[in-house]
Amino acid sequence: MENASGTAPQRGAVSFSGGSPLVIRGLAKEYVRGKAVLRGISLEIAPNGITAIIGPSGTGKSTLIRCINRLVEPTAGEILFEGRDLVRLPRKELREVRRLIGMVFQEYNLVERLTVIENVLSGRLGYVSPFKAWLRRFPPEDVREAFDLLDTVGLSGLALQRADALSGGQRQRVGIARALMQRPKLLLADEPTSSLDPKTSVEIMTLMRDLALARGIPAVVNIHNVDLARRFANRMVGLSGGSVVFDGPPEALTDLHLLSIYGGENWLE
Amino acid sequence: MTPAVLAEREWLRFTPAERLARFTVYFTIIAAIVVSVRTVEVIPEFIADAPEQIADLLRRMWPPDLAYYPQEIHDALIDSIHIATLGTVLGIAMALPFGFLAARNVTPFPWLNWAARLVLISTRSINTLVFALFFVAVFGPGPLAGTLAIAFHSIGFLGRLFSEALEVAATGPVEALRAAGAPWPSLIVYGYWPQVEPAFWALVLFRWDINVRESIVLGLVGAGGIGMVLDTAMNLFQWERVAMVLLAILAVVIVAEVVVTYIRKKII
Amino acid sequence: MAGVSLAVRPANWPLRLAWAGFALYLAYAFSHLDFTPARFITGLEFGQKFVAKLFPPDFHRWELLVKGLKESLEMAILASALGLLASLPLSLLGARNLMPAWITWPARLVMVVCRSFHPVIVAIVFVKAVGFGALAGILALTVASVGFLGKLFTEAIEEISLKQVEAVRATGAPFMSVVVFGVLPQVFARFIGFASYELDANLRNSTMVGIVGAGGIGGTLFAAFQRFDYDFVCAIILSIIAMIVVGEVLTNTVKRVFRV
Repeated sequence: MENASGTAPQRGAVSFSGGSPLVIRGLAKEYVRGKAVLRGISLEIAPNGITAIIGPSGTGKSTLIRCINRLVEPTAGEILFEGRDLVRLPRKELREVRRLIGMVFQEYNLVERLTVIENVLSGRLGYVSPFKAWLRRFPPEDVREAFDLLDTVGLSGLALQRADALSGGQRQRVGIARALMQRPKLLLADEPTSSLDPKTSVEIMTLMRDLALARGIPAVVNIHNVDLARRFANRMVGLSGGSVVFDGPPEALTDLHLLSIYGGENWLE
Repeated sequence: MTPAVLAEREWLRFTPAERLARFTVYFTIIAAIVVSVRTVEVIPEFIADAPEQIADLLRRMWPPDLAYYPQEIHDALIDSIHIATLGTVLGIAMALPFGFLAARNVTPFPWLNWAARLVLISTRSINTLVFALFFVAVFGPGPLAGTLAIAFHSIGFLGRLFSEALEVAATGPVEALRAAGAPWPSLIVYGYWPQVEPAFWALVLFRWDINVRESIVLGLVGAGGIGMVLDTAMNLFQWERVAMVLLAILAVVIVAEVVVTYIRKKII
Repeated sequence: MAGVSLAVRPANWPLRLAWAGFALYLAYAFSHLDFTPARFITGLEFGQKFVAKLFPPDFHRWELLVKGLKESLEMAILASALGLLASLPLSLLGARNLMPAWITWPARLVMVVCRSFHPVIVAIVFVKAVGFGALAGILALTVASVGFLGKLFTEAIEEISLKQVEAVRATGAPFMSVVVFGVLPQVFARFIGFASYELDANLRNSTMVGIVGAGGIGGTLFAAFQRFDYDFVCAIILSIIAMIVVGEVLTNTVKRVFRV
């Protein structure tokens, strides 16, 4: 995917048979007028596998991820998911669509004072009435699935612990379980390992990749750590200055590309 | 999955004992409310009539008598502030010893703790107004009675919260000082005081703010300040003057809160 | 060790001037008190006789006492309940991290005005408006409760971690579910603490508003005072203290049940 001069920026104009579950076109975001954080991003996400977004801090990685489920409002562009343009959806339908997008956060974002099982079950909040949520009356199959998910992420027996009693790695596992509890069609992760130590980071990435592949859920993951990204993703998207400057498989990512993404010489040594 | 495993996968948010306890609390609260509603002596017609009566009163208060302010209100208002400030300072002076005595880590004698706590609870439970009634009867009407009332009632509030702050102070610095052979007063000054100081000032400011409000009311029983002006105006049905007094009170209270917020930002 | 100065911190002159100014102020305010040693000593003597008249406390009119206490208790309970009901939505509206400015500003203004007036003053106004008796007292205490609870609740809501709320929103939960699962767990413990504090405060205030005719034991107390019936006064005060202590014990139990 390199052009003749061996320098980086390439964009994959890929289309997938069977349609792409998530198509982003011309996504732009300005927090402050005149200072664009995202400049016309266009991407099509594969129906399977992990897409890693890499790039320096402040380049809009987090903004991009958050625009997809509109936790941040895009300034312009289209986001096509489940046959609808998310950018133009009214509130009620946006909520319905959000149920199908699971998200894992850098700081886990669990409700600290609630128990692990309650946090996992909160993935189903889009499907129960507020009154039932208050009484904690979730359907029994959901409760069973929650316990199963806890087993799958390796937290059996911790269901009744309060979330603030868990370690960072354990909390992120709960976060993953919560996202999967939604039975999502898309998984987003915003720097899921940035608050974890190296060993736990690998465990979490392994867990996310295995589960996403096994359940056929495409994942878009923001990662700080390029090596981690290379190891677990099957597609890398490099952002720099708000635009896509690299799009391809990890093997195609050379040091030269990294230079154009991150800038500066010495950090590669 | 076999039925036995299915049965395991149920989630009980609260154990039966916890359920019972929670239910009892809810039930008691609702029962208390229902009983109170039924037995409190309130004539229903009065409730229905209330909005109109209140509207009528508000009409009579408009427009507020602005000229009244320099005549009577200003001096009385300043008096109330004096009462509040002096009373708070006196209250601190009296509360500190009790605070130290009541803190179990500072005073390791249970009966002393207990006695100090008793004093603190009593002074907290007896309202400033009731203390004012006492002191007016003993020292005669005027700001002296008001100041003492504020001071005595503050003892309970300041003393208890102060002793609680002391009890959660870390023991490390104090132990180090004790190991170095420091005498008891030094333990207080260098060991405990630096730790509780921010909490102490926050407390004092909070109490002063409340005392400003309380001192306004003390005049109603003759203990000086703007309460007496308010009482007179009300007894003479001079509602525009009443309105002016109320506005002046509102202004003072808001100024006091602004001052307190400002000082708190500076020291914390 | 002679000659070693222990001055570790540089002299903070603005602060010292402020303290000096304050001391001067205190002296000035003190001079306003008409405080003479003679007056004080007479007062102390009189005070001694006075205290002697208080004891022993006279309980023989206990029916009147109980009636007054009961009314105070009812007033406190109802005012706390009404105050809680009114301040919960009001505090949500006043939370700057959840609501836009054009909603929070009026809500906060309402709470400030409710808080600024002493319950007794509010009670007087209500007595003039709705007549003597418990209704005026309940209304006055409710207004005070709304003011204090509203402010405390709003502060608690503004201190929550919005990250936890964001995650719940991202699952597609409706607004009320976000409140129930994201906001409430973070503030519930503090709410219980504030509510029990307010019940305690209302219990104490309900014993006072009677002095201006708004019902409760305050009226009985004031009447006894004016009749120089000091041993009855003592009985009343002891009962008030007892009631408040019992109230505290009960609220601590409630806090334990809800695992605060």
